[in-house]
Amino acid sequence: MLIAAEGISFERDGKTILDRLDFEISAGEIVTVIGPNGGGKTTLAKLCLGILAPSSGRIRRAQNLTIGYVPQRLSRDRSLPLTTERFLTLKQTASRQAVEQALEEVGAAHLIRSQLGTLSSGELQRVLLARAAMNQPKLLVLDEPVQGVDFVGEAALYELISAIRDRLSCAILLISHDLHIVMAQSNRVVCLNGHVCCEGVPSKISQHPEYARLFGSGLTSHIGVYAHKHNHEHSLCGDVHEGDCAAHHDYEATGDEEQKTDQPEGAR
Amino acid sequence: MEDFLWRALIAGLGIALLAAPLGCFVVWQRMAYFGETVAHAGLLGLSLGIITNLPASAAIFLTSLLVAFGLKMVQRTTLLAKDTALGLIAHVVLATGLIVASQFQALQIDMMSLLFGDILAVTIEDLWLVLFGLIVVWGLIYLLWEDLLMISIDPEMAAAEGVPIGRVNLILAIAIALTVALAMKLVGLLLVTAMMIIPAAGAMNLSRTPEQMAVIAAGLSLFSVICGFFLSLYFDVPTGPLIVVMMAVLFILSTLRRAFR
Repeated sequence: MLIAAEGISFERDGKTILDRLDFEISAGEIVTVIGPNGGGKTTLAKLCLGILAPSSGRIRRAQNLTIGYVPQRLSRDRSLPLTTERFLTLKQTASRQAVEQALEEVGAAHLIRSQLGTLSSGELQRVLLARAAMNQPKLLVLDEPVQGVDFVGEAALYELISAIRDRLSCAILLISHDLHIVMAQSNRVVCLNGHVCCEGVPSKISQHPEYARLFGSGLTSHIGVYAHKHNHEHSLCGDVHEGDCAAHHDYEATGDEEQKTDQPEGAR
Repeated sequence: MEDFLWRALIAGLGIALLAAPLGCFVVWQRMAYFGETVAHAGLLGLSLGIITNLPASAAIFLTSLLVAFGLKMVQRTTLLAKDTALGLIAHVVLATGLIVASQFQALQIDMMSLLFGDILAVTIEDLWLVLFGLIVVWGLIYLLWEDLLMISIDPEMAAAEGVPIGRVNLILAIAIALTVALAMKLVGLLLVTAMMIIPAAGAMNLSRTPEQMAVIAAGLSLFSVICGFFLSLYFDVPTGPLIVVMMAVLFILSTLRRAFR
């Protein structure tokens, strides 16, 4: 067990963001956390990273746990000049060769002398990933790495993440805003909306011909489809109602049946 | 050259070396208004110093610390944004300082030198204080350099990597307070933040790494002090303000260089 959260709640300004949540990550496991905006995905990641402290409950971490964190973006002011190379040697000692290797792995070797401020968001993601991987972490936490990336880019990024995981044999906690399309290698998908709504494994995209047709045949081995199985629904104000909600839940989808509620237009 | 002129020049160079690298963090972490607030507390510090018989710099430094802690408290207990919280504190301490100063006629505070500084009145004791400030501030920056950089780049990433953000930020605030307290005598409370942010802003135009920026900022600052000092003697204008104008000239030149590179 790398991280075990027991009954953690998190409140901000009187609003409950996470409610008595149990959550675990084991060594080498790939966990994808999805859920609607405001559902507490990023909060959960920050609690695991120790950036935030839970309002109640406790979080246990394995001893000497090294974590690599890939934030969505950097809050850095534009007035701070910083080359990729300097960024990769910050707070960690690394030879020029190690820096080059790390950038090579993520396909960003040509960016070594670039200013961080001039990188596109996709390039910055790769640089952040390279830096996080350099520390040989036992756990890699990625906060919405595929936001704003198209499907080809998404598949490529998942392929890269999975290659890094194979090399480091680390666990991965991946936060994603996409409710259906997830990293195919995920051992576990957790749908979070204040509490765990449902949990399961993704299915192969080949079992979903409508998606396969949409994305084309290449690159799809890294993309999986997650089918939600909820036994309750959330009203707009966040209250939980027991019972079947297929008619109301806008991201309800069941098993391998054809998706009716939000099938993309082009797939029909 | 007269002794008091040498003292003035040395003090100016010392403050330049003190303020420049710190100024980089002030710019990176958008703390310019924090320096202003500390400067506003200067009048209160000076008045309390005379009443309690403390040396002026020490009294100003202690009031600056109060400002730093006050900011933390206001931010923790209210929902105010940082600039609003600082504006609140700045004007409360300035108003309090004016009231305290007015109630003790014997204080005899020279408002002109408080507002605009008097670099030519520097004493040997002031020079020792600047040396003390240099050792403390440079020591702290040297020890915390990478932590401070990480926080400037992304505080959450720094926290995830185990940087004690609260403690490091507090130390930075103390170092800025100390620098402002020491530099106030040279350029006065209206211009004191300029010593920190203008050289850093100029250096930003000319650097590729944070380390380069700190060194270049120090260079620009030293050059401005030397030019400002001798030009002010030659043209008989106030020294502190002329140093600030020289810094601004170098900033404009650096911006042009960046634009036409």
